[in-house]
Amino acid sequence: MAEPMKIRATMAGDVADIKVLMNHPMETGARKDAKTGQLVPALYIQDVTATINGAPVLTANFGTGISKNPYLGFKVKGAKAGDKVVVNWVDNTGDKNTAEAAVS
Amino acid sequence: MRKQTTAKLIVAKLIVAMAGLGIALGAVADQASPSQVQQEFIKLYAQKYPSVKLDDYIYGALAFDPDSMAQYNSIMEFPPFESDIDKGRKMWETPLKSGKKYADCFPNGGKQIAGNYPMFDDAKGKVVTLQDAINACRTANGEEAFKVSDMKTMGTLTAYMRTLSDGMLMNIKAEGPKAMAAYEDGKKTYFSRKGQLNFACATCHVQNAGNRLRSEILSPAVGQAVHWPVFRGGDNLVTLQQRYDGCFKQVRAVPPPQGGETMNNLEYFHSSLSNGLPMKASVFCT
Amino acid sequence: MNALRRNVLKGATSAGAVAVAVAAGLLKPTQALAAYNKAAFEAKSMADAMNGLGVSSPADSKDITIKAPDIAENGAVVPVEVISNIAGTTSIAIFAEKNITPLVGNYALSGGAQAYISTRIKMGNTALVRAVVMAGGKNYTAAKEVKVTIGGCGG
Repeated sequence: MAEPMKIRATMAGDVADIKVLMNHPMETGARKDAKTGQLVPALYIQDVTATINGAPVLTANFGTGISKNPYLGFKVKGAKAGDKVVVNWVDNTGDKNTAEAAVS
Repeated sequence: MRKQTTAKLIVAKLIVAMAGLGIALGAVADQASPSQVQQEFIKLYAQKYPSVKLDDYIYGALAFDPDSMAQYNSIMEFPPFESDIDKGRKMWETPLKSGKKYADCFPNGGKQIAGNYPMFDDAKGKVVTLQDAINACRTANGEEAFKVSDMKTMGTLTAYMRTLSDGMLMNIKAEGPKAMAAYEDGKKTYFSRKGQLNFACATCHVQNAGNRLRSEILSPAVGQAVHWPVFRGGDNLVTLQQRYDGCFKQVRAVPPPQGGETMNNLEYFHSSLSNGLPMKASVFCT
Repeated sequence: MNALRRNVLKGATSAGAVAVAVAAGLLKPTQALAAYNKAAFEAKSMADAMNGLGVSSPADSKDITIKAPDIAENGAVVPVEVISNIAGTTSIAIFAEKNITPLVGNYALSGGAQAYISTRIKMGNTALVRAVVMAGGKNYTAAKEVKVTIGGCGG
C-alpha cells in the first residue's frame, strides 16, 4: 500500500483550487538500477479520478512521462467550503490509493 | 616549462582577482575576522552584480535567472519530497533506546538552533557540526552513530530537523585562537586549487559567480550554506558535505571524508560567509 | 472490477461524465469501461499517440495557454500548466513530443471542473510540449518549446 497522497483544497472566489501530491515512483520501465544493472520494471499510476461530494469532476490517465510523486492541480467552479474532495488512483499493478479533504 | 608558466599565470590571475578581497590566499596577515572576510566577499559580489539584492543571495543561481526562480517557486509550493521530510520527522520523534528523544539533547528542543552550527567546541578542541551533535545525542542514549554521508539515515533525519530552524539567521562564531585556526583551515581549503582540473572553490564561486559553467549559473559563496539539504530533481537528497564531496569529484580531486576535520572546517568557514542570512532547509534543487 | 470502473459507475450521476470520458479517449466505447488506453500511451510517435486518442488534424488555437519554463533545468520535474479558454472544453491531453512515449497525460473534465490542468512532467530532450483540447466535439492544439539542459547543482 503506497504512502498517502496529500490534498490541499481552498476556495478562491467561487472556484475551488485543488492541489494533489501523490506518492509514487512513476518508473518508466526504461531505467537501469545503478547497483544491479537490471531494468527497473515499469510502475506508474494509470488512472486518477476526483469527485466533489461524490460527483466526478476529473477522470485522468497518466503515462510514464508524469514526474515521480505526481503533482496535479485542477479547479472546480461552483464548489463551496466544506465540500468533500475525494481523489483515487490506480497503478499498472492494480495498487491503489485514496484520499479525501474538505474544501477550506 | 610552458606548463609551469601557464600554471603561474593562472595562479597569478586568481590572486589578482582575490586581491580585491584583500585576502588573497592567506595574504591577509593577522587573520581577518570572519565578519571582515564576509564583508569583503559581499563587496566583491555587489561590485560585480549591483542589481542583485543581498537578501536574494540565499537563492543562489536562481537570483540571476527569473525562469529558474519561477520553476523553483512552482515546485516549492507543493514539493514532491514532502513525504521524505515526513520520514525525517518520524525519525526525530521516535525515542532513542534510553527513552529520551532527540529534542531532549538540544537547546530549545532543537528548534531555531541549526544556524549556530558548525560551532567550535573548546572542550573537544574541534569543530562540531549539527550531524556531530546528533550523533553525540545518539551515542549518549544507547544508539550507534549514523554515518554522516548516509542520506537514508543522517540525511533524512536532518532533512526534517533542519526545517525546525527555518527563518533563523546564520550565526557562525569563531572566537579564540583554536576556533580561528579551524576557520583559517577551512578558508585555506576554500582557496586552494585542487584536483586534475586545478580549481579552487573560489575559482567557481568567487571568480566566476554569476557566470555559466556549461548550462548552469555558478552561485556566489554568500548565501549558499543556508539552504541545505537539497532535493536534487525533487527526490535526490544531498546534504551540504555531500555537495562538497561532489564538488571535489567534479574538479577530479579525491574528496576528504565527510565528517572529518577538513570537511568540518570547510563547512565552518563556508557557513560563516552566510552569517546574517535566513535559513531554509530541504529545498528543491535542479 | 477495478477501482476506476467502480468509481465512475458510482459517481456518474449523469451520462455526461461517462460520455466525456469516452469521448476523451479514456474509455473505449466498444468495451464497457475498458482499461487504460494503452494504444495511446504506449505509442512512440506523436501521430500514433494522437490516433490512439482518436484525434486527427486538431486546429491550432491561440486560446490555449501553456505555461512551462523556457529552459527546464531538470528534465525530471518540468512544471506545466495548460489553460483552455475555448468554450465547452471537455478534455485536455498533454504531450512531450520527443519523449519515447509522447503522450504524458489525458484529463477529462466534468461537473464544474475548469479547463485548467497543472502538473509536472518528465522530458528527455528539448521539445515541444503540446496540448490537445477537445471542446464541442472538435479538437484544438497549441504547443510551447521547452529546452532541456543537462546538469544542475553544478553537475
